[in-house]
Amino acid sequence: MSICVLRAQMLPCKTVLSWTRGTGNRCDIARLRKCGVCYVPNLSPVSFPSRTLSNLATAHSGLARREMAENEALSRRQKVLTIDTMNANIKKVEYAVRGPIVQRAVQIEKELKEGVKKPFNEVIKANIGDAHAMGQRPVTFFRQVLALCSYPELLDDDKFPEDTKYRAQRILKACGGSSIGAYTASQGIECVRQDVSRYIERRDGGVPCDPDNIYLTTGASDGIVTMLKLLTAGEGRTRTGVMIPIPQYPLYSAAIAELGAVQLNYYLDEDKCWGLDISELQRSLQAASKHCNPRVLCIINPGNPTGQVQSRERIEDVIRFAAKERLFLMADEVYQDNVYAEGCKFYSFKKVLYEMGPEYFNTVELASFHSTSKCYMGECGMRGGYMEVINMDSEVKAQLTKLVSVRLCPPVPGQALMALVTNSPQPGEPSHAQFLKERTATLGDLAQKAKLTEEILNTVPGIRCNPVQGAMYSFPQITLPERAIREAKEKGQAPDMFYCMKLLEETGICLVPGSGFGQKEGTYHFRMTILPPADKLKILLSKVKEFHQRFTKCYS
Amino acid sequence: MVESALSNIYIYIYIYIYIYIYIYKIWVSSVGRRRVFSNPPPTHEMTENSVVHRGKVLTLGTMNPSVKRVEYAVRGPIVQRAVQLEQELKQGIQKPFTEVIKANIGDCHAMGQQPITFFRQVLALCCYPDLLEDNRFPEDTKTRARRILQACGGGSLGSYSASQGIEIVRQDVARYIEKRDGGIPCNPDNIYLTTGASDGITTMLKLLVSGEGSSRTGVMISIPQYPLYSAALAELSAVQISYYLDEENCWSLAVGELQHALEAARQYCRPRVLCIINPGNPTGQVQSRQCIEDVIKFAAEQNLFLMADEVYQDNVYADGCRFHSFKKVLFEMGSKYSDQVELVSFHSTSKCYMGECGFRAGYMEVVNMDPEVKVQLTKLVSVRLCPPVPGQVLLDLVVNPPLPEEPSYRTFFEERSATLAMLAEKARMTQQILNEVPGITCNPVQGAMYTFPRIQLPPKAIAQEKGQAPDMFYCMKLLEETGICLVPGSGFGQRDGTYHFRMTILPPTDKLKIVLAKIKEFHQSFTEQYS
Repeated sequence: MSICVLRAQMLPCKTVLSWTRGTGNRCDIARLRKCGVCYVPNLSPVSFPSRTLSNLATAHSGLARREMAENEALSRRQKVLTIDTMNANIKKVEYAVRGPIVQRAVQIEKELKEGVKKPFNEVIKANIGDAHAMGQRPVTFFRQVLALCSYPELLDDDKFPEDTKYRAQRILKACGGSSIGAYTASQGIECVRQDVSRYIERRDGGVPCDPDNIYLTTGASDGIVTMLKLLTAGEGRTRTGVMIPIPQYPLYSAAIAELGAVQLNYYLDEDKCWGLDISELQRSLQAASKHCNPRVLCIINPGNPTGQVQSRERIEDVIRFAAKERLFLMADEVYQDNVYAEGCKFYSFKKVLYEMGPEYFNTVELASFHSTSKCYMGECGMRGGYMEVINMDSEVKAQLTKLVSVRLCPPVPGQALMALVTNSPQPGEPSHAQFLKERTATLGDLAQKAKLTEEILNTVPGIRCNPVQGAMYSFPQITLPERAIREAKEKGQAPDMFYCMKLLEETGICLVPGSGFGQKEGTYHFRMTILPPADKLKILLSKVKEFHQRFTKCYS
Repeated sequence: MVESALSNIYIYIYIYIYIYIYIYKIWVSSVGRRRVFSNPPPTHEMTENSVVHRGKVLTLGTMNPSVKRVEYAVRGPIVQRAVQLEQELKQGIQKPFTEVIKANIGDCHAMGQQPITFFRQVLALCCYPDLLEDNRFPEDTKTRARRILQACGGGSLGSYSASQGIEIVRQDVARYIEKRDGGIPCNPDNIYLTTGASDGITTMLKLLVSGEGSSRTGVMISIPQYPLYSAALAELSAVQISYYLDEENCWSLAVGELQHALEAARQYCRPRVLCIINPGNPTGQVQSRQCIEDVIKFAAEQNLFLMADEVYQDNVYADGCRFHSFKKVLFEMGSKYSDQVELVSFHSTSKCYMGECGFRAGYMEVVNMDPEVKVQLTKLVSVRLCPPVPGQVLLDLVVNPPLPEEPSYRTFFEERSATLAMLAEKARMTQQILNEVPGITCNPVQGAMYTFPRIQLPPKAIAQEKGQAPDMFYCMKLLEETGICLVPGSGFGQRDGTYHFRMTILPPTDKLKIVLAKIKEFHQSFTEQYS
C-alpha cells in the first residue's frame, strides 16, 4: 500500500507536460488547466528525484486550490538540492575549528563595528593556529623572494639582497614561460621537490629521500584528504577503518565522514601528558575488526590539539604495531619545528623507521605530511605543503599521480614558499643573519608563551593543563559544576560548548570546546592557541581565569 | 633386526610424506596469497601474515575503486611521454625536432603570454608590504594593496581567510557580476571563492551526489566535455549522462538531444544535474541567448540543477557571437524562472586575458540554493580552511580592475586588449589553416582557447591500434615525429567512429604557424603511410 502511495506521487502539470513531451504525446496545458487537474499521478517507472512524503503533503494542499495557474505550479516546484536530497556523508561532516562558535565570533565582531555595546572591545580568536593574524611577522626573506617572483621587474632593484634574487630566478626558471602564473607539474615543480627531498635528508641525518616520493599539496589538509581517499575501499564489514587519536584534529573525522570510511578512536592518556599507549591501540583495533577492515593508523606528532611530543621509543612501538597489524601509517608532522619542552625532541617517523632496519623500512607503508602554515613560518594563507610517501606500491603511486593531476597543480606561490622553507638562506649568504634572527625570535617567543600558558592555567582551581611540549595549543581539562552540565544538556549543547559560548559572550575570547576534538566521556576541555603576543596572552589568560571562577561560582 | 629396518623405512616414508605435505602447503598458501591480494582481502588473514612476507596494505586491488576509474586525458599518458621527450632532448638524444610544444593544455603564460603588470605589481606589494614606500609603484596599485591587506588578519597574506573567501573580495565579485549582467542584483553571500574553478565544480558535484542503485544521482555532461567532469563523476561514483553536441552545427546544443539523453538515463539513475560549458571546452562554440533560454526552460521543467562553467567568458572572438551569462538570461526570463531554477556559475583567473593558472583562483555564485544546503556548503568548504590567499587577491584585481581615471588604467587596457586581439587572430588563423588540410575539418573557434578538429583516419591506421584509441595512436605518432603534444579526442568523448584532437590556440603567432604547418605535413604523410 505504502509503495502504491509513493509511486502515485503527485506532479505539477508543468512537469507532466515535459514528461509527456518526452514520450512523444504532446499535451495541451490549457486543456489540463480547464479540467482543473493540476496534479496527476506519476506513473513512470522511475519516480522523480526530490519528491518525498513531505512533498505529498504539498501536493495535497495544492489540490485544494484547483485553479492554480501553470506559473504557480512551476514556482512551487521543490528544490532539486535540499537537505534531504544532498550527499548524506557531507551532512555528517563536522569541523569545530570553524564551527558555530567561530561564526558567532564573526557576528560579534560585526556588532562591535556597528557600535553595539559589549563587555569587551575586541574579539580575540584563539580558536585557530593562525600565526600572522595573531601578529607574528612573516619572515622577510620569504616575502622578498615571493615579491620578486610575482613581479620579476624588481630583479633589478638593489633593495633586494642577492640571494633573494638568485632564489627567485631559480624558481622562475623552473616555471613555464618563467611565470608563476603557469600550471606546474601536478606533483609539484621538480626543483622544489628536489629541495624538499634534500631538506628531509638533512633533517633525518642522511636517510635517503627520493624526489619522486614527494607530492606538493595545497596545505597539509589536501594531502591528508587525498591519501585517505586513496585508502578508502570496501563495503560493510570490509569498509576501511581509520585509527585516529582522541582528542584529534577534526580534519580527520571530517574527511573520514565525507569518504564514508569508519572512524576508529584510540584515546591518548591525559594523565601521562597525552601519551600514546600501544595497548590502547591494540584495544581499539580489536574492537574495530569485528565491524570494519582497519587499514590506516594516523598519528599527529607533535600533537594537535594536545601539544605532546612523542619519544623516539614510542614511535618505534607504533611502527612495530603498524607492521604487525598491517596498517598504513599516516604521520602528521606539521608542527615538527614547534618543540619547546626540555628533554623533548622531534623524531620523524621516517627516520625512526629507517633506523629500525630493513625488516621495517622495506615494508612499512608510510605517508608523512608537512606544511608552510605552522612552525616559525605561519604562512597559512599560502596553502603550501608536501607529503612524502614511503614503500608505496608503484601501481598505486601511478594512481595517486593521476588523481592529483585532475586538480592540475597546487598553488604556485605556495610551492615557491615551500622551496624557500626547505632551502632557507645558508651561512655566508646575505639574508642568513636576518633570517636566523627572525626564526629564532619567533620560536623563542612561542616557547615562552607555551610555558606561560601552562603556568597560568594551572593556577586556576578547576583547570588542569598538561605541559605544552610542542605545537601551538593548550588543551586543558576544565571541571564544570553539575548545574552547568544540566543546563547545557537542557539546551541540547555540549557542556563545554555552553562554557565556551558564555566565555565568548562575556569576554570576547573565542576558544574551541573539547567536544569538537573528542574527549573521554565525562571530561571537558577547550583548545586555545598560544599564539597571541605575550602581553595580550597574559590578559587573555587572566580573563579566562576570572571567567572560570565566575562561571564555577554562578553554577555551584 | 628386520623389524628395526622396517621401522626405519616407515620413519623415512613418514618423513617424505611430511615433506611433501609441507611443500604442498607452501604452494597452496602462495597461490592463495596471490589470490588474496588481487581482491580486497578480509582483515584477519592479512593481520596473521608475518612481518617479513607481508604484502602491501595499499595495492591496486585494495585501493579506492572509484579513484581507479578516474581518467584525465589533459594530463594523461601523452603528456607524460612529452615530459620524457623533453628530458631526452636535454640529455642530448637526437630527435627529429629540437623542442616539445605542449599544445595540450590552456596554459597561457607557459606559451609566452605576459602577465598583466597591474596584477603583478599589487601582488608584489601584498607579498612584501615594505615596497609600499617604493615610488616605482603607481598609486592605485598601492591603494589596492593596502585595502586588501587591511582585510587580511594581521595585515598579512599569510593569515587564513574566511573559508568562503575574504569578504571584500566577495563584495567586489558581486559588484562585477552585477555590472556584467546589466544590473541584475548579486548577493556577496552567494559567492564562494575557490581554488580554481575545478575546486568549485568538484565541491558542487560532491554536494549533489546521493542515492544508491537506480536512485543514484545522474549528471548530464556534454560530449565532447572537459574531462574534469567525467573524472569528478568517476571519483564520486555518480552516473555520467552524456548528451552530444552537434558537430555539423558548430557544436551547438539541441534541447531534443538533452531530452533524449535524459529519458534514456531515467531507466537506471536519477538525473538531477545538467552541466553546460559556455564558451565550450574543448569545442570552442559560444551559445546563443536563445539556446541558453531553452536550456533553462528544460532544466526548470525537468527539475535539474544547472551548473554553468563560464570560465572562458571573456574569450569570445567570432563576429556575431556574444557571451550571455546563464544568470542574466535566467533573470530576464522572469520571476517564474529566476525565483526557482537552481544555478551555480563558475569563473576562474586562469583563462580569459589573465591566464593566471598557477594561482589557482576562482569563484562560484550559487543562485536559489536552499538555505539549509548553503549552510552545509559553507561547513564543507571550512574543512579545507580557505582558498589560497594570493589567488583571492588576484581575483579581486580581476573583478575590480583599474578605472579609466587611475594611473594604471592605460597599461592595463592596452595589455588586455592586445592579449584578446591576439587570441582572436590566432583563433581565426587556426581554423583557416586546419581547414586547408584534406582530411581535417574544423569548426570556427568562436570562443575559449581550443580547436577540436575532426580528423579522417585511414582504415589501416584504425586497425593498427593495439588497445589504443586510434586518435591516441595518431597523437602519439605526431608527438614522436614532430614534438607537438595534443590531446586525442577520445579523452574528451566523441561520437563513435569519429576522431578528433584538441589543440590550444595559445602559442605565439609565428610558432603557431609552424605548429599548424607541421600538423598539416604530418597528417598528409600519416594518411599516405596508412592508406
